[in-house]
Amino acid sequence: MSYRFIVLILLLALGGIAHAKEAAPAAEDPVVERRAMALAEELRCLVCQNQSLADSNAELAVDLKNQIRDKVKRGESDREIVDYMVARYGDFVLYRPPLKATTLMLWFGPLILLATGLAVLFYRLARRRKITEVELTEAERARAARLIEEGSEADPR
Amino acid sequence: MNRFLIPLAIFGILVGFLFVGLSLNPREVPSPLINKPAPHFELPQLHEPGKTFSQKDMLGKVWLLNVWASWCVACREEHPVVTELAKSGVAPIYGLNYKDKREDGLAWLRQFGDPYRLSVFDIQGRVGIDYGVYGVPETYVIDKRGVIRYKRIGPLTPDIVKQKILPLLDELNHG
Repeated sequence: MSYRFIVLILLLALGGIAHAKEAAPAAEDPVVERRAMALAEELRCLVCQNQSLADSNAELAVDLKNQIRDKVKRGESDREIVDYMVARYGDFVLYRPPLKATTLMLWFGPLILLATGLAVLFYRLARRRKITEVELTEAERARAARLIEEGSEADPR
Repeated sequence: MNRFLIPLAIFGILVGFLFVGLSLNPREVPSPLINKPAPHFELPQLHEPGKTFSQKDMLGKVWLLNVWASWCVACREEHPVVTELAKSGVAPIYGLNYKDKREDGLAWLRQFGDPYRLSVFDIQGRVGIDYGVYGVPETYVIDKRGVIRYKRIGPLTPDIVKQKILPLLDELNHG
Protein backbone atom coordinates (compact mmCIF):
# COMPACT_ATOMS: atom_id res chain seq x y z
CA MET A 1 0.00 0.00 0.00
CA SER A 2 2.62 2.55 1.07
CA TYR A 3 4.91 1.42 -1.78
CA ARG A 4 2.15 2.08 -4.30
CA PHE A 5 1.44 5.38 -2.69
CA ILE A 6 5.07 6.50 -3.05
CA VAL A 7 5.14 5.46 -6.70
CA LEU A 8 1.96 7.40 -7.31
CA ILE A 9 3.40 10.52 -5.64
CA LEU A 10 6.60 10.20 -7.68
CA LEU A 11 4.65 9.84 -10.91
CA LEU A 12 2.55 12.86 -10.10
CA ALA A 13 5.68 14.87 -9.31
CA LEU A 14 7.27 13.81 -12.59
CA GLY A 15 4.11 14.79 -14.44
CA GLY A 16 4.47 18.25 -12.95
CA ILE A 17 8.03 18.58 -14.15
CA ALA A 18 7.17 17.44 -17.66
CA HIS A 19 4.33 19.92 -17.81
CA ALA A 20 6.42 22.80 -16.47
CA LYS A 21 8.93 22.25 -19.23
CA GLU A 22 6.28 22.44 -21.88
CA ALA A 23 4.53 25.53 -20.58
CA ALA A 24 6.72 28.50 -21.51
CA PRO A 25 9.53 28.75 -24.02
CA ALA A 26 11.75 30.57 -21.55
CA ALA A 27 15.36 31.52 -22.16
CA GLU A 28 17.85 29.08 -20.63
CA ASP A 29 19.87 31.81 -19.00
CA PRO A 30 17.97 33.05 -15.92
CA VAL A 31 19.58 36.50 -16.14
CA VAL A 32 18.36 36.92 -19.72
CA GLU A 33 14.94 35.61 -18.76
CA ARG A 34 14.63 38.01 -15.83
CA ARG A 35 15.52 41.03 -17.96
CA ALA A 36 13.24 39.93 -20.80
CA MET A 37 10.34 39.40 -18.39
CA ALA A 38 10.93 42.75 -16.68
CA LEU A 39 10.68 44.39 -20.11
CA ALA A 40 7.62 42.37 -21.04
CA GLU A 41 5.90 43.57 -17.84
CA GLU A 42 6.22 47.13 -19.10
CA LEU A 43 4.75 46.45 -22.52
CA ARG A 44 1.14 46.09 -23.49
CA CYS A 45 -0.12 43.11 -25.43
CA LEU A 46 -1.99 44.57 -28.39
CA VAL A 47 -4.18 41.57 -28.97
CA CYS A 48 -5.58 41.57 -25.43
CA GLN A 49 -5.13 45.18 -24.55
CA ASN A 50 -5.51 44.99 -20.80
CA GLN A 51 -2.70 42.54 -20.27
CA SER A 52 1.04 42.99 -20.34
CA LEU A 53 3.12 40.98 -22.77
CA ALA A 54 4.46 39.02 -19.81
CA ASP A 55 0.96 37.96 -18.71
CA SER A 56 -0.41 37.21 -22.13
CA ASN A 57 -0.36 33.90 -23.92
CA ALA A 58 -1.68 35.28 -27.19
CA GLU A 59 0.35 34.09 -30.14
CA LEU A 60 1.62 37.55 -30.98
CA ALA A 61 2.61 38.11 -27.34
CA VAL A 62 4.59 34.86 -27.34
CA ASP A 63 6.35 35.90 -30.57
CA LEU A 64 7.15 39.32 -29.17
CA LYS A 65 8.49 37.82 -25.95
CA ASN A 66 10.76 35.59 -28.00
CA GLN A 67 11.86 38.63 -29.96
CA ILE A 68 12.68 40.43 -26.70
CA ARG A 69 14.63 37.41 -25.43
CA ASP A 70 16.66 37.31 -28.65
CA LYS A 71 17.44 40.98 -28.34
CA VAL A 72 18.44 40.68 -24.69
CA LYS A 73 20.72 37.78 -25.64
CA ARG A 74 22.25 39.87 -28.38
CA GLY A 75 23.10 42.44 -25.74
CA GLU A 76 20.74 45.23 -26.76
CA SER A 77 19.92 47.79 -24.10
CA ASP A 78 16.45 48.15 -22.58
CA ARG A 79 16.14 51.50 -24.32
CA GLU A 80 16.85 49.92 -27.73
CA ILE A 81 14.32 47.15 -27.17
CA VAL A 82 11.60 49.54 -26.04
CA ASP A 83 12.31 51.81 -29.02
CA TYR A 84 12.01 48.79 -31.30
CA MET A 85 8.54 48.08 -29.94
CA VAL A 86 7.41 51.71 -30.06
CA ALA A 87 8.60 52.04 -33.67
CA ARG A 88 6.18 49.27 -34.61
CA TYR A 89 3.22 49.67 -32.32
CA GLY A 90 3.43 53.27 -31.11
CA ASP A 91 3.44 54.71 -27.60
CA PHE A 92 0.34 52.65 -26.90
CA VAL A 93 2.51 49.59 -26.13
CA LEU A 94 4.08 51.39 -23.20
CA TYR A 95 2.36 51.07 -19.87
CA ARG A 96 4.26 54.19 -18.80
CA PRO A 97 3.49 56.72 -21.49
CA PRO A 98 6.28 59.17 -22.35
CA LEU A 99 5.99 62.83 -21.36
CA LYS A 100 5.13 64.65 -24.59
CA ALA A 101 2.92 67.52 -25.67
CA THR A 102 0.12 65.07 -26.48
CA THR A 103 0.33 63.31 -23.13
CA LEU A 104 0.50 66.39 -20.88
CA MET A 105 -3.17 66.05 -19.95
CA LEU A 106 -2.68 62.40 -19.15
CA TRP A 107 0.19 63.13 -16.80
CA PHE A 108 -1.02 66.32 -15.18
CA GLY A 109 -4.81 66.13 -15.60
CA PRO A 110 -5.38 64.28 -12.31
CA LEU A 111 -3.06 66.68 -10.45
CA ILE A 112 -4.90 69.67 -11.88
CA LEU A 113 -8.24 68.14 -10.86
CA LEU A 114 -6.94 67.49 -7.35
CA ALA A 115 -5.58 71.03 -7.04
CA THR A 116 -8.88 72.50 -8.27
CA GLY A 117 -10.83 70.35 -5.83
CA LEU A 118 -8.64 71.38 -2.91
CA ALA A 119 -8.86 75.06 -3.90
CA VAL A 120 -12.67 74.91 -4.01
CA LEU A 121 -12.75 73.09 -0.66
CA PHE A 122 -10.50 75.61 1.10
CA TYR A 123 -12.35 78.54 -0.40
CA ARG A 124 -15.66 77.19 0.90
CA LEU A 125 -14.27 76.37 4.34
CA ALA A 126 -12.79 79.85 4.64
CA ARG A 127 -16.11 81.41 3.69
CA ARG A 128 -18.05 79.30 6.14
CA ARG A 129 -15.71 80.32 8.97
CA LYS A 130 -16.24 83.97 8.08
CA ILE A 131 -20.01 83.53 8.32
CA THR A 132 -19.91 81.88 11.74
CA GLU A 133 -17.47 84.43 13.11
CA VAL A 134 -19.85 87.40 12.74
CA GLU A 135 -19.87 89.27 16.03
CA LEU A 136 -23.32 90.27 17.36
CA THR A 137 -23.92 93.54 19.13
CA GLU A 138 -25.75 93.69 22.48
CA ALA A 139 -28.98 94.80 20.82
CA GLU A 140 -28.79 92.00 18.27
CA ARG A 141 -28.21 89.42 21.00
CA ALA A 142 -31.25 90.62 22.88
CA ARG A 143 -33.33 90.50 19.72
CA ALA A 144 -32.11 87.00 18.90
CA ALA A 145 -33.01 85.82 22.41
CA ARG A 146 -36.46 87.35 22.07
CA LEU A 147 -37.02 85.70 18.72
CA ILE A 148 -36.00 82.30 20.05
CA GLU A 149 -38.38 82.68 22.99
CA GLU A 150 -41.27 83.72 20.76
CA GLY A 151 -40.52 80.84 18.46
CA SER A 152 -40.62 78.27 21.26
CA GLU A 153 -43.95 79.66 22.45
CA ALA A 154 -45.55 79.58 19.03
CA ASP A 155 -44.20 76.13 18.23
CA PRO A 156 -44.17 73.99 21.39
CA ARG A 157 -41.65 71.45 20.18
CA MET B 1 -29.00 79.37 -8.73
CA ASN B 2 -25.26 78.71 -8.95
CA ARG B 3 -25.76 75.84 -6.61
CA PHE B 4 -27.56 73.88 -9.29
CA LEU B 5 -26.00 75.31 -12.40
CA ILE B 6 -22.40 74.43 -11.59
CA PRO B 7 -22.95 70.71 -10.86
CA LEU B 8 -25.23 70.55 -13.87
CA ALA B 9 -22.54 72.07 -16.09
CA ILE B 10 -19.93 69.64 -14.73
CA PHE B 11 -22.33 66.77 -15.32
CA GLY B 12 -22.91 67.99 -18.87
CA ILE B 13 -19.18 68.08 -19.59
CA LEU B 14 -18.77 64.59 -18.14
CA VAL B 15 -21.58 63.24 -20.31
CA GLY B 16 -19.89 64.88 -23.31
CA PHE B 17 -16.58 63.15 -22.59
CA LEU B 18 -18.24 59.79 -21.99
CA PHE B 19 -20.26 60.11 -25.18
CA VAL B 20 -17.14 60.78 -27.24
CA GLY B 21 -15.45 57.88 -25.44
CA LEU B 22 -18.23 55.55 -26.52
CA SER B 23 -17.58 56.19 -30.18
CA LEU B 24 -13.80 55.69 -29.90
CA ASN B 25 -12.43 52.31 -30.82
CA PRO B 26 -9.53 51.29 -28.55
CA ARG B 27 -8.48 48.71 -31.13
CA GLU B 28 -7.63 51.43 -33.59
CA VAL B 29 -4.19 52.23 -32.34
CA PRO B 30 -2.64 55.01 -34.41
CA SER B 31 0.21 53.35 -36.25
CA PRO B 32 3.60 55.03 -35.91
CA LEU B 33 4.40 53.66 -39.36
CA ILE B 34 2.24 56.14 -41.25
CA ASN B 35 4.45 58.37 -43.40
CA LYS B 36 7.45 56.15 -42.70
CA PRO B 37 9.18 53.97 -45.27
CA ALA B 38 7.65 50.50 -45.47
CA PRO B 39 9.92 48.16 -43.45
CA HIS B 40 12.19 45.99 -45.54
CA PHE B 41 11.30 42.39 -46.20
CA GLU B 42 12.29 39.70 -48.63
CA LEU B 43 10.11 36.64 -48.37
CA PRO B 44 9.45 33.51 -50.40
CA GLN B 45 6.32 33.61 -52.51
CA LEU B 46 3.36 31.50 -51.51
CA HIS B 47 2.83 29.90 -54.93
CA GLU B 48 6.49 29.64 -55.91
CA PRO B 49 8.61 29.12 -52.79
CA GLY B 50 11.76 29.32 -54.92
CA LYS B 51 11.12 32.97 -55.78
CA THR B 52 11.16 35.86 -53.38
CA PHE B 53 9.40 39.19 -53.30
CA SER B 54 10.52 42.37 -51.59
CA GLN B 55 8.87 45.71 -50.93
CA LYS B 56 11.75 47.18 -52.97
CA ASP B 57 10.39 45.54 -56.11
CA MET B 58 7.45 47.92 -55.90
CA LEU B 59 9.33 51.24 -55.81
CA GLY B 60 7.80 53.62 -58.32
CA LYS B 61 4.34 52.10 -57.97
CA VAL B 62 1.39 52.75 -55.71
CA TRP B 63 0.32 49.46 -54.22
CA LEU B 64 -1.54 47.76 -51.40
CA LEU B 65 -0.23 45.18 -49.00
CA ASN B 66 -2.97 43.06 -47.47
CA VAL B 67 -2.16 40.82 -44.52
CA TRP B 68 -4.25 37.68 -44.49
CA ALA B 69 -4.33 34.11 -43.19
CA SER B 70 -6.48 31.07 -43.75
CA TRP B 71 -7.23 30.90 -40.00
CA CYS B 72 -8.52 34.45 -39.97
CA VAL B 73 -12.30 34.64 -40.01
CA ALA B 74 -12.48 38.38 -40.69
CA CYS B 75 -10.33 37.81 -43.81
CA ARG B 76 -13.18 35.82 -45.32
CA GLU B 77 -15.48 38.67 -44.53
CA GLU B 78 -13.29 41.22 -46.32
CA HIS B 79 -12.36 38.90 -49.18
CA PRO B 80 -15.13 40.08 -51.57
CA VAL B 81 -14.14 43.71 -50.89
CA VAL B 82 -10.49 42.97 -51.66
CA THR B 83 -11.51 41.07 -54.80
CA GLU B 84 -13.67 43.97 -55.96
CA LEU B 85 -10.84 46.44 -55.36
CA ALA B 86 -8.37 44.22 -57.21
CA LYS B 87 -10.74 43.89 -60.17
CA SER B 88 -11.15 47.65 -60.44
CA GLY B 89 -7.44 47.76 -61.22
CA VAL B 90 -6.70 51.09 -59.49
CA ALA B 91 -3.72 49.58 -57.71
CA PRO B 92 -2.14 46.15 -57.46
CA ILE B 93 -2.76 44.25 -54.24
CA TYR B 94 -0.08 42.00 -52.79
CA GLY B 95 -0.81 39.55 -50.02
CA LEU B 96 1.19 38.79 -46.92
CA ASN B 97 0.18 35.32 -45.81
CA TYR B 98 0.73 35.68 -42.09
CA LYS B 99 1.62 32.80 -39.76
CA ASP B 100 -0.10 30.27 -41.95
CA LYS B 101 0.66 26.83 -43.32
CA ARG B 102 1.50 26.86 -47.00
CA GLU B 103 -1.09 24.21 -47.94
CA ASP B 104 -3.78 25.98 -45.89
CA GLY B 105 -3.04 29.32 -47.52
CA LEU B 106 -3.11 27.84 -51.01
CA ALA B 107 -6.32 25.94 -50.29
CA TRP B 108 -7.93 29.14 -48.99
CA LEU B 109 -7.09 30.99 -52.21
CA ARG B 110 -8.40 28.08 -54.30
CA GLN B 111 -11.64 28.06 -52.36
CA PHE B 112 -12.38 31.79 -52.30
CA GLY B 113 -10.40 33.02 -55.32
CA ASP B 114 -7.07 34.80 -55.43
CA PRO B 115 -7.28 38.60 -55.70
CA TYR B 116 -3.54 39.08 -55.20
CA ARG B 117 -0.82 39.68 -57.77
CA LEU B 118 1.12 37.37 -55.53
CA SER B 119 1.33 36.52 -51.86
CA VAL B 120 4.44 36.23 -49.77
CA PHE B 121 4.74 33.69 -47.03
CA ASP B 122 5.61 34.77 -43.47
CA ILE B 123 5.33 31.68 -41.29
CA GLN B 124 7.22 33.10 -38.31
CA GLY B 125 5.42 36.41 -38.40
CA ARG B 126 8.67 38.38 -38.24
CA VAL B 127 7.67 40.65 -41.11
CA GLY B 128 4.28 41.00 -39.45
CA ILE B 129 6.03 42.31 -36.35
CA ASP B 130 8.07 44.77 -38.42
CA TYR B 131 4.83 46.06 -39.91
CA GLY B 132 3.19 46.29 -36.49
CA VAL B 133 0.55 43.71 -37.37
CA TYR B 134 -1.59 42.65 -34.43
CA GLY B 135 -5.06 42.13 -35.79
CA VAL B 136 -5.28 40.30 -39.09
CA PRO B 137 -6.52 41.40 -41.62
CA GLU B 138 -4.57 44.59 -42.04
CA THR B 139 -4.08 46.65 -45.17
CA TYR B 140 -1.36 49.14 -46.06
CA VAL B 141 -1.33 51.68 -48.86
CA ILE B 142 2.23 52.30 -49.99
CA ASP B 143 3.20 55.12 -52.33
CA LYS B 144 5.71 55.37 -55.18
CA ARG B 145 8.54 56.27 -52.84
CA GLY B 146 7.84 53.19 -50.72
CA VAL B 147 6.25 55.17 -47.89
CA ILE B 148 3.25 53.84 -45.96
CA ARG B 149 0.44 56.34 -46.38
CA TYR B 150 -2.47 54.54 -44.81
CA LYS B 151 -3.05 51.56 -42.60
CA ARG B 152 -6.28 49.78 -41.88
CA ILE B 153 -6.46 47.40 -38.93
CA GLY B 154 -9.29 44.95 -39.36
CA PRO B 155 -11.33 44.06 -42.43
CA LEU B 156 -11.79 46.46 -45.32
CA THR B 157 -15.38 47.48 -45.89
CA PRO B 158 -16.96 48.98 -49.01
CA ASP B 159 -17.29 52.27 -47.08
CA ILE B 160 -13.63 52.44 -46.18
CA VAL B 161 -12.62 51.62 -49.73
CA LYS B 162 -14.88 54.32 -51.11
CA GLN B 163 -14.16 57.04 -48.58
CA LYS B 164 -10.52 56.47 -47.70
CA ILE B 165 -8.68 54.16 -50.03
CA LEU B 166 -9.95 55.15 -53.48
CA PRO B 167 -9.47 58.92 -52.94
CA LEU B 168 -5.99 58.31 -51.52
CA LEU B 169 -5.02 56.03 -54.42
CA ASP B 170 -6.28 58.62 -56.86
CA GLU B 171 -4.21 61.32 -55.20
CA LEU B 172 -1.10 59.14 -55.06
CA ASN B 173 -1.42 57.91 -58.64
CA HIS B 174 -1.76 61.42 -60.04
CA GLY B 175 0.45 63.26 -57.61
